[in-house]
Amino acid sequence: MKEQLQSIKETAIAAISSCADLKELDALRVKFLGKKGELTAILKQMGGLSAEERPVIGQLANEVRACIENSIKDKSDELKSAETDLRLKSEYLDVTMPGKRFANGRRHPMNIVLDELKEIFRGMGYTVVDGPEVEETKYVFDMLNTFEGHPARDPQDTFYITDEVLLRTQTSSVQIRQMLKEKPPIAIISPGRVYRRDEVDGTHSPIFHQCEGLVIDKNITFADLKGTLEEFAKRLYGEGMNLKFRPHHFPYTEPSCEIDFQCFRCGGKGCPLCKGEGWIEILGAGVVHPQVLENCGIDPEEYSGFAFGIGIERITMLRYEIEDMRLLYENDMRFLKQF
Amino acid sequence: MDLSMKWLNDYVKADMPIKEFCDGMTMSGSKVETYSVQGADITNVVVGKCLAMEKHPDADSLWICKVDVGQAEPIQIVTSAQNMFVDAVIPVALHGATCYNHKDMSFMKIKKGNMRGVRSEGMMCSYEELNLTLADVPYSSNEGILILNNDPEFDKMTIGMDIHDALGFNDTTVEFEITNNRPDCLSVIGLAREASATFDLPFNYTEPTFTGVEGKATDYINVDVKNAALCSRYMAAIVKNVKIGPSPRWMVERLNASGVRAINNFVDITNFVMLEYGHPMHAFDLRYVDGGKIVVRNAEENEKITILDGTEVALSPEMLVIADEKKPIAVAGVMGGEFSGIMEDTKDVVFEAACFDGVSVRMTAKKINKRTDASSRFEKGIDPINAKAALMRALQLVEMLGCGEVVREYIDVDNANKTPAKLKHDAKWISDHLGIEIAESEQIAIFKKLGFGYEDGNVIVPNTRIDIERQCDLAEEVARIYGYNRIPSTVPKLSSNSKITPIQHFEKRIVDIMVSQGFYETMTFSFISPKSYEKLNFCENKKNSVVLTNPLGEDTSVMRTSMLPSMMGVVSTNVASRNLSARLFEIGRVFTPTDERLPVEEDVLGLCAYGADEDFYTIKGVIEEIFSDLVINAKFVPVTDNKTFHPGRCANIVNGDVVIGTVGELHPAVAEKYDVSCRVYAAELYMDKMFAAMGEERKYKPLPKYPAMSRDLSLLCDDEVTSDTIIDIIKANAKFLESVSIFDMYKGEQVPAGKKSLSYKMVLRKDGTMTDEEADSSVNRVLKALAEQNIVLRT
Repeated sequence: MKEQLQSIKETAIAAISSCADLKELDALRVKFLGKKGELTAILKQMGGLSAEERPVIGQLANEVRACIENSIKDKSDELKSAETDLRLKSEYLDVTMPGKRFANGRRHPMNIVLDELKEIFRGMGYTVVDGPEVEETKYVFDMLNTFEGHPARDPQDTFYITDEVLLRTQTSSVQIRQMLKEKPPIAIISPGRVYRRDEVDGTHSPIFHQCEGLVIDKNITFADLKGTLEEFAKRLYGEGMNLKFRPHHFPYTEPSCEIDFQCFRCGGKGCPLCKGEGWIEILGAGVVHPQVLENCGIDPEEYSGFAFGIGIERITMLRYEIEDMRLLYENDMRFLKQF
Repeated sequence: MDLSMKWLNDYVKADMPIKEFCDGMTMSGSKVETYSVQGADITNVVVGKCLAMEKHPDADSLWICKVDVGQAEPIQIVTSAQNMFVDAVIPVALHGATCYNHKDMSFMKIKKGNMRGVRSEGMMCSYEELNLTLADVPYSSNEGILILNNDPEFDKMTIGMDIHDALGFNDTTVEFEITNNRPDCLSVIGLAREASATFDLPFNYTEPTFTGVEGKATDYINVDVKNAALCSRYMAAIVKNVKIGPSPRWMVERLNASGVRAINNFVDITNFVMLEYGHPMHAFDLRYVDGGKIVVRNAEENEKITILDGTEVALSPEMLVIADEKKPIAVAGVMGGEFSGIMEDTKDVVFEAACFDGVSVRMTAKKINKRTDASSRFEKGIDPINAKAALMRALQLVEMLGCGEVVREYIDVDNANKTPAKLKHDAKWISDHLGIEIAESEQIAIFKKLGFGYEDGNVIVPNTRIDIERQCDLAEEVARIYGYNRIPSTVPKLSSNSKITPIQHFEKRIVDIMVSQGFYETMTFSFISPKSYEKLNFCENKKNSVVLTNPLGEDTSVMRTSMLPSMMGVVSTNVASRNLSARLFEIGRVFTPTDERLPVEEDVLGLCAYGADEDFYTIKGVIEEIFSDLVINAKFVPVTDNKTFHPGRCANIVNGDVVIGTVGELHPAVAEKYDVSCRVYAAELYMDKMFAAMGEERKYKPLPKYPAMSRDLSLLCDDEVTSDTIIDIIKANAKFLESVSIFDMYKGEQVPAGKKSLSYKMVLRKDGTMTDEEADSSVNRVLKALAEQNIVLRT
């Protein structure tokens, strides 16, 4: 009986090790370990054994069963893993093929830039305010020291609805409304659409967008204007950005300036973007004229402030190197998809 | 303003490198656009003298000349020109020189070489080869070499001298962009003042004077100023026995460099003085001043004048004219009459230096459509003291040029206020305003450099500086001369709080949803053509627009009342560019006229889509996604009478009785008018109305503990029954209903004509285990209610 068990064990192990698939392995399990299997058949003869032999043979039989079970398990693992390997191999994908996307749309490039400006100024403590585009001359001109006869008021340059109502030429009108509505301290930006009577060409449009800013508080100085715009420039273009403040004239600020940014493409060495100058004109700004404060019922002896304005088209075109302004308003999908 | 550097140097010795000059002026407020060096393209051309000449041995038409060019040895030049002679002084382009080819004016470089076998070491030049015109050298013959022996400044030339110096074409012109608050800088003297302050150089100016001959201007003319309000000062001087002729080289040079052509000495003097002092002058021929009377008066009704450029102008009574006894002879401050100017045979001249009211001149110039250099200067404001200086300078120039006798006593009708503005100097205020401590003494020094007076703590402002009115103006003067870039930078601590308003937040969320739904943002003009309303079949009240009085053209002449015209324009563009599909959106502003002064402005979300994958339900789905995300309560109500849209595919989107917007498929006839043949789906939603329709913020619901049961219903109903009707009945009657949704719609052979089949899935759930009986009873209640409306289970 001992020999029989030994022989079953050997036969089984040999058969298992040469087995090639899981189905055959299962058949072997049935053959050797099943209810009608060879080992069971042997064990059924155990009754005929002596009391001394029985435990010895019993133990041996258990050992043989365990041994066969283990080798079946090992073989099964081996075959399964081989099968998995084979499947994975057959499932090879070209990972350089394009992904399947649910395509998002895109924001308009000007709004991408404007959102960034809003974020920067909100981070610096400014509130975004809005106002009408069809506006009264008093808010666009009169209260901003731009009197009758000033070239900006000429119907050659400005769209009128009536003598006293026009399409705003700047969003400063929003600032006037804000000063009339709220007491200082004020820190706002007024981004928006403005209108000037220019024919459409590569660099002009009768409709364009500005982001103007205004700060009114106690003891605000020209130095504060400089510091604020330098901080803005750094947040927009990075730490190393240098600014040049040039004297200029606006009727509603005194002193006034135009601000050149060091060319962000060449770093000031001169390139086609900055037309070889090394500097690019970006901002107009100044200390709010005391007359403007008075016009809005703010005492210029107590409060002072500064204002600034940026053309959104201009910085958008510079950023994406768009050479023709018309593209911004044509809305061709081939253009819109690029951002 | 084009500034001659030579002219500037008459007043300020600004001899630093030109780049440094330009940068310095820009940084102190006089912005330099560009500069150009006269004749910079002509190099290595000198004055030479022909010592000897002989015929070329092999060519009859060529001459071999020995030319002294100021070098140790004369050089040999072969020329085909026939106007050479021994002792002729001529421009010589040496080896390596650059000049122009007179045949086609191409740029060329001169090299030594051989001409028909004879050595030639340079080229003698005609005026064309030096890029000059006959007007620059009127003494030259049209052909051949420029013979310098005839030049009025011939005596000053030396052999070997650079040709630029010899001919006076060695000036540099600097082009300034002068801001309109500084008309004083539209003059050589004004800019000289600025240069003097900027570079801290002395300003060399002496008051102009003249000697004159015995006599009174009143013996020749009589000046009567009828309207002193519009003419605060009128000065007139007589120059008799004038000799009209060309102006001297130095004057011509300065005029040329300033972009003004020389004409004759008297015209040139008026132009010269205008450029130098910034004050417009006029010169009349005394012969044509009828009755010897100059009357400054308003024009009469129906009066006319033919002005210098030959156009006849109709005058009106608000315009100021200079008239003689019979007729207007000039439009005050704008332009002279055709016979008033200086001619070859003019004998006696009246010089006018006057101060006309800026607003009046501007209105007149505009009305007669003649903006002149003079009128634009009057518009900006003119100083009565400067008027006198200008007249004195003109008379001084007449004597310098020896071109006439100045009658000593001139006429001056002066009603002008010449008291200079006085401003109390507050040095501390200025320092505080700028944010930097600048000592009082340093501030005063800056004022003095700019030509301001200073007396007992008061700044005396020169009358030419019309821009200085308040302390802040003085602060700007200090800041720009001190240097903007020397002022420190500080960031103020803002005591206000940044706020984002709920509507701003709402807008941002809408944009995010649109982008995530695959829509591309557009940006369109807010003025449109009124014709687009016709194209879109708009009803009358949507055509009522804010109208521009001075549009650029009809296409941009009214403010839009809807986003649809703009969106259809974009669709049309994209279809024309063969873009097969597009999903587009924009939050744009629309304008509705009111009885008030200003229209109502509303922001509208416009969206549109076309392409193979789009249908009515895809665009409706996008709107539902917005509503679901932002908890907006709205219903879609069918609309059949909106002529812009397909009558069977259009819905108003309503919240209570408020119409938030409209969605639909564009009517094919409308699309066709935009050259679009595919189906276009569009919607408009009013931002503020959507915002108002937002419900309460969602609250969390516990996750269900018990499983749900679902029941599918296939219903048969009349074609007209809407899905919403059925859903409302189900919702009203089902017990345990968690949700209900449609999953199929069928029309066709399998159902009777005029009927359709709709299939719904009801999901039922209760807080506990539900039995089949409970579910069935809920469904039966629903079916009963539906049956009452003639909606039955499909069998």
